[in-house]
Amino acid sequence: MIKIVKRDQPSKAIFFFTPVLAIFLTLIAGGIIFYILGFKPFEALKFFFIVPIADKYGFSELLLKATPLCLIAIGLSFCFKSNNWNIGAEGQLTFGAIVSGGVALLFYDQEGFYILPIVILAGAIGGMIYASIPAILKTYFNTNEILVSLMLVYVSKLILDYLVVGPWSNPEGFNFPETRQFSDSARLPLLFEGLRIHAGIFLALAAVVISWFVFYKTYLGFQMKVSGFSLKTAKYAGYKGKKMIILVFLISGACAGLAGVGEITGPIGQLHREVSPDYGFTAIIVAFLGRLHPVGIIFASLVVAITYLGAETAQIFMQIPKYTGQVFQGMILFFLLASDYLLFFKFKFIGSKK
Amino acid sequence: MHKFLIRSFVSSLVLLFTLTVAAIAKDVKAAFVYIGPTGDHGWTYQHDVGRKAVEAAGFKTTYVEGVPESADAERVLRQLANSGHDIIFTTSFGYMNPTNKVAKEFPNVKFEHATGYKREHPNVATYAARFYEGRTILGTIAGTMTKSNVIGYVASFPIPEVIRGINSFTLAAQKVNPNIKTKIVWAFTWYDPGKEAEAAKALIDQGADVIAQHTDSTAIVQMAEKAGVYAFGQASDMDKFAPKAVLTSVENNWGPYYVDRVKAVANGTWNQKDTWHGIGDGMVVISGLDSQMPSDLQAKVKKLQADLASGKVHSFTGPIYDQKGNLMVAEGKTADDGMLAGMMTYVKGVEGDIPK
Repeated sequence: MIKIVKRDQPSKAIFFFTPVLAIFLTLIAGGIIFYILGFKPFEALKFFFIVPIADKYGFSELLLKATPLCLIAIGLSFCFKSNNWNIGAEGQLTFGAIVSGGVALLFYDQEGFYILPIVILAGAIGGMIYASIPAILKTYFNTNEILVSLMLVYVSKLILDYLVVGPWSNPEGFNFPETRQFSDSARLPLLFEGLRIHAGIFLALAAVVISWFVFYKTYLGFQMKVSGFSLKTAKYAGYKGKKMIILVFLISGACAGLAGVGEITGPIGQLHREVSPDYGFTAIIVAFLGRLHPVGIIFASLVVAITYLGAETAQIFMQIPKYTGQVFQGMILFFLLASDYLLFFKFKFIGSKK
Repeated sequence: MHKFLIRSFVSSLVLLFTLTVAAIAKDVKAAFVYIGPTGDHGWTYQHDVGRKAVEAAGFKTTYVEGVPESADAERVLRQLANSGHDIIFTTSFGYMNPTNKVAKEFPNVKFEHATGYKREHPNVATYAARFYEGRTILGTIAGTMTKSNVIGYVASFPIPEVIRGINSFTLAAQKVNPNIKTKIVWAFTWYDPGKEAEAAKALIDQGADVIAQHTDSTAIVQMAEKAGVYAFGQASDMDKFAPKAVLTSVENNWGPYYVDRVKAVANGTWNQKDTWHGIGDGMVVISGLDSQMPSDLQAKVKKLQADLASGKVHSFTGPIYDQKGNLMVAEGKTADDGMLAGMMTYVKGVEGDIPK
């Protein structure tokens, strides 16, 4: 007989094992879905997860796709660890892109080494400004940050729409909704000739290292952890809660803003209506799949990035609808949340007694 | 003997070469990149109908749907160019820069970009349809069928393509009914059933009894059906979604162009050009006319359709005045393509301002 027993303490081994389990279950469920749709499951999975990264170019595209996801998820982990539910990274990304794009457009006909740092900084500041809104409203007016940050996403997209359709639209562009192309000095340098992977990946790696240091080596990291476990304890210990809330939101906003900079000054090179295919939302899955751990987030961002690439490849070579990529992302999150059950409960085998 | 051997060897080589060329020519593969799902019953749906026509003509095709206009477009294009496709159709404006960028890297692959204006490399062509001709027909019907003299128009984005449509529609409606007013609601989306339905509702509440649209979903005609007003289908024949409301639809018919261009690649006659086809070339098609329309109107529409096709009638024939009463096109003149391509002012009779 099998009995389900509550664990005395959440298991640490299972904490890091369940993401792997979730990915494994997603593969199995994905294979079953492919089979039901009438495709050969193993062939479909091969085109989904192996073919897209089988060559140098494919692998560089994987890194390109994972960079913004990793960067945003690192920022979000600051918020989530400390019990602040920032759902609006997509808005912070968009606003960061707007501010840095605006600066890049100021320099559209100029060259100079100083342009790129200003553009990057502007993006980080833009993201921080935008993230500070839900943070300040939460600390001083007790609003719900989930709602505020989420709603601001749509506001930011409307601002972007307005700018690229109206005042910032390319004067030589027949009124189409896009800005001028940025000058080369406002573009992140490419790392390899012929590949799109750009210097933005170093921003993501720096964020990983810094966040690891903050989480595990600083007093702030400890405070965040305590607040995450119990807000009452944090209060009792005398932590300055308001300051921390604003700080984690600013960090998160800066990371999202930088992700926006990476997109527009990297592969895109201008502002238009669609700077991000919802990276800000997908990064929430990445943050949780990575267990809010910097190294975990690196792996999680690669796994989620491949669902995007795989969906394209599978449609090109096997005519599998591209939207299955989103199904995979949803399944990963679902299985992760479901297998979290194992964190708190365990199966006990009891020999039958006569 | 020796000579005979050489000759037969050479001739068999020649034969082999011709066979190979023929085989290569026949094996042309076409790819299509879509902005939305193939089931949107609007823009993407019609491009996919065009793709199926290419398949029916005996060519292999591939498509990728729901490709965002973000950094992802470039990767999809490169992957298609890299995987043996000879011609790639990119069917949304936002693919313009990625199309030109990837085209530079693959000079042997032909690229066809819809609705754009950049042809930076010899292997990039552009194409679009003169939808405004279809809107001349819709305006004629709307101006005749309205009782309230208020016509609603759900618009997407304030770009020349859309402004041109509003103007062409209004001019035609005024011609049959000088008292009409066109009210515009900007939805700021190409495809969002919720927003589109809301926009249509707002117009109906303001007294509009005919609704035209320049967005892609079927939400507007369905809203019109519910409210008991008339509407027109966009991009595909939307009659089955709102049989009472829909008087006719303007269909985007890409098939003939696609087949033509893919065949041109197969024959080696493909060349760079900018195509802008209308009713005459069959790229813009008017669906069947609803029986609620009086027979003299139906006859008028049929004649107008023929005259637009033959070039006897032009949608923008002077005198045309803007909202302030300034002359845009003089009497007896027609607007040239340059003016049409950059049209960013309303004609007289349109209410409101273009959002800036």
